[in-house]
Amino acid sequence: MKLDLDPEYEAFRAAIAETLAKNARLAPTSEDKGYKNAKRIAWQKLLIRHGLAARTIPKAYGGYGAEPDILKARIIAEEFARSRLPGPMAGQGISMFVPTLLELGTEEQKQAYIRPTIEGEMIWCQGYSEPGAGSDLAALRTSAVEDGDDYVINGSKIWTSTAKQADMIFCLVRTDPAAKKHEGITYITFPMTTPGIEVRPLVDMTGTANFNEVFFTDVRVPKSGVIFAPNKGWQVANATLTHERGMLGDPNATKARFLELVTLMKSESVNGERLIDNALLRDRLMKLQSEVYAMQANGLRITTTRLKGEQAGLAGLIVKLNGCDLNHEIARLAIDALGELGILYEEGEHLRADGSWQWRYMYDLGLIIGGGTAQIQKNIIAERGLDMPREPKLAKA
Amino acid sequence: MEFALSEDQRLLQDSLKGVLAGAASLDQIRKIAVGDAAAIGALETALDDFGLAALMVPEDDGGLGLGALDAVIVQEQLGYHIAPSRFLATAVAAKVFRTTGSEYLAALASGEMRIGLALTELFSRRDGAGLEAVKDKLAGKALLALSADGATHLLAADTKGRVHLVAAPATRTAMQTIDRTRTFHEVAFAGEKGALSISPLPEQIAFARLLVAADTLGAAQAMIDKAVAYAAERQQFGRVIGSFQAVKHMCAEMAAKLEPGRALIWHAGHALDTGDTEGPVMANLAKSYMAEAGTFIARTATEVHGGMGFTDLVGLHYWFKRIGVNRQLFGSPEQARETAARLQGFAA
Repeated sequence: MKLDLDPEYEAFRAAIAETLAKNARLAPTSEDKGYKNAKRIAWQKLLIRHGLAARTIPKAYGGYGAEPDILKARIIAEEFARSRLPGPMAGQGISMFVPTLLELGTEEQKQAYIRPTIEGEMIWCQGYSEPGAGSDLAALRTSAVEDGDDYVINGSKIWTSTAKQADMIFCLVRTDPAAKKHEGITYITFPMTTPGIEVRPLVDMTGTANFNEVFFTDVRVPKSGVIFAPNKGWQVANATLTHERGMLGDPNATKARFLELVTLMKSESVNGERLIDNALLRDRLMKLQSEVYAMQANGLRITTTRLKGEQAGLAGLIVKLNGCDLNHEIARLAIDALGELGILYEEGEHLRADGSWQWRYMYDLGLIIGGGTAQIQKNIIAERGLDMPREPKLAKA
Repeated sequence: MEFALSEDQRLLQDSLKGVLAGAASLDQIRKIAVGDAAAIGALETALDDFGLAALMVPEDDGGLGLGALDAVIVQEQLGYHIAPSRFLATAVAAKVFRTTGSEYLAALASGEMRIGLALTELFSRRDGAGLEAVKDKLAGKALLALSADGATHLLAADTKGRVHLVAAPATRTAMQTIDRTRTFHEVAFAGEKGALSISPLPEQIAFARLLVAADTLGAAQAMIDKAVAYAAERQQFGRVIGSFQAVKHMCAEMAAKLEPGRALIWHAGHALDTGDTEGPVMANLAKSYMAEAGTFIARTATEVHGGMGFTDLVGLHYWFKRIGVNRQLFGSPEQARETAARLQGFAA
């Protein structure tokens, strides 16, 4: 057990902190809203130049070209948190499509897409889930029929975030309806401006449209948009899903929220008593802290196994389930602590923290369901982590 | 950076596991639970030979010079095998003596001084009990003394919260708890003179609580292992019950609760060893975390076993009860959380 860093890494940390401090004045603020905002794109390009974003993407595709180093990635994330400067852009193009393309794309595809995507000039959305294919993703039915050099696509997708803003979509379609369900799927990319695509915002319980439905009617797209190979889309999608699960349940983000809750409970008073001085609320706070600390330690354990090139096993499999639940519980205590004022949701004199705790309480429930439901996570923990038997397949009628 | 057990620590874990598999098999534990002197003696000798008493004593005093993290790993194995042992009391004493009372370390390592803990006064003072210290002389009754059987000395807390090292009084009465794997006693003091008197430090109490958490970690892991194994064998409706999602999800929930607890306990042990100021906070949080996770796992693993879990036949109840006692020992989870809050300035 050794938790301090070697001098090489401490020096790296100091250099990162200095770079961030020196460039802080160029950072976008809350005024710089929206995708493709010039200031945000300029900041992203600056971060890439200094190796603070797209760090391990090869130079030839517009990245910084460093060797993967888990500790350096961790230090960079910590320094962004410490400086409170906006971090690198994320989103499905950067976090999911680019890693997939690097693994399985052709040289031409990499040249065309990676640079504009990581620089924030090209926005992507993901067309996976369908109304009839949620947890059972491989049951998807959106069809792509060959016609010369093209496919003609019909069907619909749901839970498509950023579909309104996206230039491009990476999408799973059924190209061989006669094959077994995992073997007839193709992973294909095409522009969202292609005729026949309709995007309808999907308003959720938070009151905003964080997701969309996307409808395809005779959408003609070139076969050159296929990633890897026709009918191999399931393997390609699995490469991408691994990246998504890594994004959900990050213990450092959870700790940041916990600290916000501590701040709230120290600053807000009810009946002349600070919330943190209420023994019942404080007990709940400490219970959450024990879980936050446990997930942080679990994260350190995972980092070490990855550094050694080993599988994290159970410690890794539980992160999405526990992390998303914990975020939801932190928001729940914040609302309970605020009590009757905790139910406010619109701008006004008595609204606290811009209503963000209510928003999180609802949005985090969405994340408990999304990205692999809690129940699917439990199946995975039981089957892969505890080696329990798989669900027997139903006999075909 | 490396957040993992060292090669030496894994070796320690494995070799202790080997000893306990024999001397603390369920058959042996059943004998120990009804006071079979041969079984009790055999386990005690096996653990003495293993050298547990010397573990945390510095090498200069004839010990192995190991730390809190090593002690936590040992206690986890003792909990896994629900083995009674003086180790917890000895480790707490070693931690105390390393700060105050270094002259006792050699006797502790050699086994000449055998320690019991009578610390209940620190956590819950009761009517009809309590130790008064007048000019270093102790009088009154201490409840739920741990490892008092065969002890030469006790670390005993008085009603003012000071802890005294004192020769073990002759008069003690067994207090039978739900957990028959360990013995607890009421000890009557009649003017015994304390050899050492200290105000316990936060990290010393935190360490005692961390060891209890580690004991629960081991016991809870054993219950999960047994539940998963049972679910792989037991058949109903023509299939093994482990293939039903209802049962799989119970097992997944147990594992999801336990694994972060293991990491937190390691982190707390390491932090106590390095003198990290967060060490005592982490150790108290670990006590609370494992009390809650342990209670959940004890119940859920029993339910996975169905009616058999409720019987004496599979012996699962020994683990259930060990975890139940640990939850209250050295302070309830609520008390551990309040200590953690105070240490961080969240509570007065």
